[in-house]
Amino acid sequence: MDEQAPDYDLAVIGGGPAGLAGAAAAAREGLSVVLLDAGPRLGGQFYRHRPGEEPARLKALRRGLASGVEVLLEHRVWSVERRPPGFAVHCLAGTRDERPVAVGARALLIATGAHDLALPFPGWDLPGVMTAGGAQALLKGGVLAGRRIVVAGTGPFLLPVAASLARAGARVAGVFEAGPLRAPALALLRRPGRLAEAAEYGRSLLEHRIPYRGRRAVIAARGGDRLTHVTVARVDAAWRPAGGFVEIECDALAVGYGFVPQLELAVQLGCRLGPGPAVAVDAGRRTSVPGVYAAGETTGVGGADLAEVEGRVAGRAAAADLGRGPRPDPGLSRLADRLTAFARSLRDAYPVRDGWRAWLAGDTLVCRCEEVPYSRVREALALGATDARSVKLLARPGMGWCQGRMCGYAVACLSGEDPALVTPSRPVAQPIRLGALASGDAERP
Amino acid sequence: MPDVVVIGAGIVGAACAHYAAEAGLTVTVVDRGPVASGTTGAGEGNILVSDKEPGPELDLALLSATLWRELTDPAGPCALAAEYEPKGGLVVASSAGTMSVLADFASCQAKSGVEHSVAADPREIEPDLTPKLAGGVFYPQDAQVQPMLATAALLARATRRGAARLATGTEVTGLLRAGDRVAGVRTERGDIHAGAVVNAAGTWGGEIAAMAGTELPVAPRRGFILVTEPLVTPRIRHKVYTAAYITDVSDDSAALATSAVVESTMAGTVLIGASRERVGFDRTPSVPALRTLAAQAVALFPGLADRHVIRTYCGFRPYTPDHLPVIGEDPHTPGLFHACGHEGAGVGLAPATGHLVARLLTGGAVPFDLTPFRPGRFA
Repeated sequence: MDEQAPDYDLAVIGGGPAGLAGAAAAAREGLSVVLLDAGPRLGGQFYRHRPGEEPARLKALRRGLASGVEVLLEHRVWSVERRPPGFAVHCLAGTRDERPVAVGARALLIATGAHDLALPFPGWDLPGVMTAGGAQALLKGGVLAGRRIVVAGTGPFLLPVAASLARAGARVAGVFEAGPLRAPALALLRRPGRLAEAAEYGRSLLEHRIPYRGRRAVIAARGGDRLTHVTVARVDAAWRPAGGFVEIECDALAVGYGFVPQLELAVQLGCRLGPGPAVAVDAGRRTSVPGVYAAGETTGVGGADLAEVEGRVAGRAAAADLGRGPRPDPGLSRLADRLTAFARSLRDAYPVRDGWRAWLAGDTLVCRCEEVPYSRVREALALGATDARSVKLLARPGMGWCQGRMCGYAVACLSGEDPALVTPSRPVAQPIRLGALASGDAERP
Repeated sequence: MPDVVVIGAGIVGAACAHYAAEAGLTVTVVDRGPVASGTTGAGEGNILVSDKEPGPELDLALLSATLWRELTDPAGPCALAAEYEPKGGLVVASSAGTMSVLADFASCQAKSGVEHSVAADPREIEPDLTPKLAGGVFYPQDAQVQPMLATAALLARATRRGAARLATGTEVTGLLRAGDRVAGVRTERGDIHAGAVVNAAGTWGGEIAAMAGTELPVAPRRGFILVTEPLVTPRIRHKVYTAAYITDVSDDSAALATSAVVESTMAGTVLIGASRERVGFDRTPSVPALRTLAAQAVALFPGLADRHVIRTYCGFRPYTPDHLPVIGEDPHTPGLFHACGHEGAGVGLAPATGHLVARLLTGGAVPFDLTPFRPGRFA
């Protein structure tokens, strides 16, 4: 397929708010666009839904695809590479048979979103413990994570998770925010429109009599075969336990400490990162690699509204760069700036503090895939490891199936590195069968 | 002030530090990164005699194979915990023609002390291999270690005994001199004075040599390795590779050459190497290289087709034009000893290299002629 014209002008990777808006915007300007998503339905994590229960906003976004966007669902991208004059996107198509397929495009929009930021603590590997995003995803798929659920972590995302779990019939035994409770109010003041939303969550917590406590963290999950209760402690400003230990009975725990952008495809292409764990982009969402654009959480966690605006900006920029010349839209740029400022203030209001390390015991698993306890990480450090990579080489955290998506943040912290500065290198972004890798890609989807 | 500064905390530097310490010297090991962060941390831990033709490198490999056994012997003085597995290597041939070349090669090696047995049906040794093979040769002296653990354990042993100090995150920016002689190293964190300096900087050894005005043409030769999910089947008990590997290693072209080496690790994963290309220090993933490795591994073990690759990594072998390491005193700067350029055999050749360097440092006799390895040979 070398030397051929690419199949499409633009390939959009990720069918969440950013990808949907980007694909629609680019198609509206006349580009031929393909939109790839790993899931069986469009919407991404934010608009995850059961068949027949499509959220209204998603329906509206999807209408934008009518003008010439080809949608390829259940296409998991494991590698992207330059293939002049454009790029090759290597996918695994289908759910079980993993058909290898390559898609060629002159330009790429990376809109792969983010995954939950998990922190280890004793018992976090018990059945019944999950990420807040995981609990939310289960619920959107029609499964309630438990009957009596504790929600813990940091950030505003805990509130909609608790509210939706309660609405679906779970007893939410408490929401424990490791940071101070006044933080959200301050952040929300910068975007008054969000006050109403926050007030609604507040009402929902009150209505379901859900306690919402600040400076509290779940420092251990307990149980035999599965979760039976959690230990909640008061924590100081650095999140170190400071007394007030309480045991709370529950059969599910949803913990969320924020989100980690999925950067590996951008890293494969050599896109510059930063500041922070994000693909670096200009005002048109152009990355440092010509022809590659990024939008949504991959450029910094900011929520669905911002992702959608960024996607539109990226789609228009891609069209402009390919000579379609859409009219400038200053209103869109202003909106993007305003939403970005709001997202930044929210992120700044909910930092992850270092004191979580004090929750760990020697036998607490840091990496669940490879079953690496904290004591082994300390041994690696004593042997001369001084960063996350050398700890991984000596003690194996992050070498398993999830390739460190779950433990990467924690291992970086424990290795004395700033997790924001660790480049997530995953040359194979998704596990791929050797047979599929060996057989090569089908020429066209 | 230490007796010796070793530049490089990879497997070769660690072995040099270990044997120098055993010889009674005090050592400071400096590295700009953490331990094993260069090529050592990107390898498979091969200890091979099977792929080496009779000659100086094979002599080094045979000495090393013995030293690795000693170092990791649980009843020995070092008892390194480094996942050492004396599993043996199986080289297979797909055609009768290749098989006869392979058998001849093995008989030549035998004269140098390489043990082997010819396997008419390699599946008696490795049952899940493809039936489409013309035969194979089994090499019981081939072994494997976990190279990062081995490096760290060697360094830890020397530092615990007070004979060595490890300075990671310390980049060497120049050499100190006293007249002609080397007198230590200049680093970002200050000068370290020493009577001798060992250049064990691997793929970056040429940069250190240049500080002494010596040209060592050590160039990066990139290799990718595929790692599978932990497997029960297919069973892979030995290091298994095709006869083409031997010709690829000694090939000089810059273009991509791949010949799969397949082996399992104690963690249950299977490692699939080894591609070779000279493309500088470019870490961009190469789908063609990964594809070829996968195809060759599946051709050897059809049962692998259904197993997942969960990650890959790449590294840069320290390649020299004649494929031999550089071991010996610098031609212009007395007191500076080079121990680098081991290409893909650094783990296998490290103990012998360290042993020889310690002899050179202490003025002891060396067990064989080091002329083929001399640093001045490229001038």
